[in-house]
Amino acid sequence: MKLGILVNEGPFTHQASDTAYLFSKAALEKGHEIVRVFFYHDGVNNSTKFADPPSDDRNLVTLWSDLAKEHGIDLVVCVAAAMRRGITDDLLAEGFKISGLGQLVEAGITGDKLITFGD
Amino acid sequence: MADFEDDEFDGPVKKFMYVNRKGPYGTVYALEGLEVVLITAAFDQDVSMVFIDDGVFQIKKDQETSGINMKNFSPTYRALEGYEVEKVYVERESLKARGLDEDDLVIPVEILDSQQVADLMDQQDVIVSF
Repeated sequence: MKLGILVNEGPFTHQASDTAYLFSKAALEKGHEIVRVFFYHDGVNNSTKFADPPSDDRNLVTLWSDLAKEHGIDLVVCVAAAMRRGITDDLLAEGFKISGLGQLVEAGITGDKLITFGD
Repeated sequence: MADFEDDEFDGPVKKFMYVNRKGPYGTVYALEGLEVVLITAAFDQDVSMVFIDDGVFQIKKDQETSGINMKNFSPTYRALEGYEVEKVYVERESLKARGLDEDDLVIPVEILDSQQVADLMDQQDVIVSF
């Protein structure tokens, strides 16, 4: 199945991004395809390369980057939501890119399911 | 992949429903959610919106936000019609529980009971809840 993933919360405060990551990883292991992961609302905060949690905590930014690298997944950060929150291209971790909301709509159109993680 | 322009998209049309559950202020979900609705309409998709729970406050008339330093974005809902978003529903129970009726809203809507909302949801290809 082709899946689009929408992440609406930042890392750490909410578990949404953790759950989205674990879901995506499990879906890929089961042979499903992730057409895109789209980061919206505070979800754009998952993309910044300067995130540096304590070493005994998970680092969601690098987990997403690694997953994207391994499976060639598109990690798209909403430009309007990113601009509101001061996130620009030069802050992005590997594998993330900033683009428009149209990328979310397109994930809904091309995917068999669009799955939202957030409040 | 580049964004599609309004008049360039020639792909499949799916039924998108946006479920608005939260008040207009206090969190950003309503404001940023509305942006997604407008973009989806620009892709010529079959878009509907439903307001339930505190989401009904998003389209309440006479919002006065100067005291909380927030932009009153309720006039933007009136632009939906211009984007050909004409399927706008409000759950009857949510409206009634908040002491509101259809005349309190900034745009014309269709009032549905929760079972009718559920039936509509069954018909959708994509449901996004903000």
